[in-house]
Amino acid sequence: MHKVLSNKWTKVVVFIICLAPLGALVERALHGRLGANPVEFVQHATGLWTLRFLIFTLTITPLRKLLKLPELIRFRRMLGLFAFFYVCLHFLTYIGPDQSFDLAAMWKDVAKRRYITMGFLGFVLLIPLAITSTAGWIRRLGGKRWQVLHRSIYITAICGVIHYYWLVKSDVRDPLFYAALVSILLLWRLGDWLAKKGRLAPAKTEMSRASADAS
Amino acid sequence: MLIRRSPDLTHADVTPKSVYLNRRRFLQAMGIAGVAALAGTRLIDLISPSRNVYAGTKLTTVKGPFNTDEKITPYNDVTHYNNFYEFGTDKSDPAKNSQKFQTAPWSVSVEGEVAKPRTFTMDEILKLAPLEERIYRHRCVEAWSIVVPWIGFSLNTIIKLVEPTAKAKYVAFQSFYDLKQMPQSRGTGLDYPYVEGLRLDEAMNPLTLLCVGMYGETLPNQDGAPVRMVIPWKYGFKSIKSIVKIKFVKGEPPTTWSRMAPSEYGFFSNVNPAVDHPRWSQAKERRLGEIFRRNTLMFNGYGDQVASMYAGMDLKKNY
Repeated sequence: MHKVLSNKWTKVVVFIICLAPLGALVERALHGRLGANPVEFVQHATGLWTLRFLIFTLTITPLRKLLKLPELIRFRRMLGLFAFFYVCLHFLTYIGPDQSFDLAAMWKDVAKRRYITMGFLGFVLLIPLAITSTAGWIRRLGGKRWQVLHRSIYITAICGVIHYYWLVKSDVRDPLFYAALVSILLLWRLGDWLAKKGRLAPAKTEMSRASADAS
Repeated sequence: MLIRRSPDLTHADVTPKSVYLNRRRFLQAMGIAGVAALAGTRLIDLISPSRNVYAGTKLTTVKGPFNTDEKITPYNDVTHYNNFYEFGTDKSDPAKNSQKFQTAPWSVSVEGEVAKPRTFTMDEILKLAPLEERIYRHRCVEAWSIVVPWIGFSLNTIIKLVEPTAKAKYVAFQSFYDLKQMPQSRGTGLDYPYVEGLRLDEAMNPLTLLCVGMYGETLPNQDGAPVRMVIPWKYGFKSIKSIVKIKFVKGEPPTTWSRMAPSEYGFFSNVNPAVDHPRWSQAKERRLGEIFRRNTLMFNGYGDQVASMYAGMDLKKNY
């Protein structure tokens, strides 16, 4: 397992798999299978895949620790950037077909509709993370500060599920499913953090501090 | 105004359903093996005609009033993208889950504050009046819209037959409901059976259609077979499907969506671009088949026929 995960080709394979949702949309578009409301179909698909990639990204750290597979970290940036990629497509369907590229109308909509506000906030918060996702930026910011900044993905994930929940008319089962996944992933971090704090308080050894940094 | 008495678009201009279905098959075939596959599909069609689970019985119609000359939405879109929460909440669920829905025998009980309450069988309903084809715009509260050649006659035909008493001020409608046939209705967030209502004058308005078919045929299950309402100046959810009961009552009857979220869905629910849904704008809509949104019209463009019924009313309050 360790070998497979650290193989450079694994990354290529994962990259191609991450493109599959887009490939499926293109394939449907070429064969006229986007349904009666193609814009809505693409909008919903890209929105859902954004949420899913956010969840995949947030799953890396717990999995890495629980399964003792440190190599998983190699895939986190890619998954996060794919979340950003799909949210950009999602945003394009909004600014384009929905708002006819009318920026003034878009701002009014963002300010007035709370589910749009929430989705837009989540999107905007991802932009600095995408920009600072390179090794150069980690160096420039310093590991600690970089990490604090990148914790804003928690807020984006929460924005994403609220955006989804506020959008549906009466059947909230799907939004609640994604909300549950995000909750589990965030609560795990809270538990992890509390456990570390508990360990840290009585014995402030260098080692426990080092393990805290690694999260 | 887009409403005309004599439309230049008639049923003859509606692209036949088979063409849409063939187009679909054409595209699929192209995807698999190109022209050769297309020829193959055509051959198979000749040997065994496609089992058309959505097809109904052809209906003979006369040209009705109030037709729009806008482009009619393809049959395949109207039958595969709609809401019928009893069969699930996804737009493709009704087509998928309603195919075994039993719509015969069927009868509609007309009761309440009327001099002559009566139960109509489906056969009787089909013979009450000449069936008219009416091409109406249909606007969903979710901000998408379609243009459909419905078949039926004004609801007031039945109302006149049962003779409402002076006490009748509203009409309450009820949909068929059977959990066994509609297991997907579980967890959809609505109470069933689905109920709707109109003020008596709204029900009497000639635009208000008791609908038994579309695109030249009886209604497909997913679009509300065998009999439904079509009220084109109101949001789509007011046009209740698969009706089993019509009751004349004194007070405003409860309605399903308003019961679920009273601040979002009112009793009137007239199409109104100036009054937004609390969560989204109603100023524009996406006509199926189009990319960009178009402006939504007041009363969905039927103001000439219906605006006078709401004269003096605050439509922001009475949403």
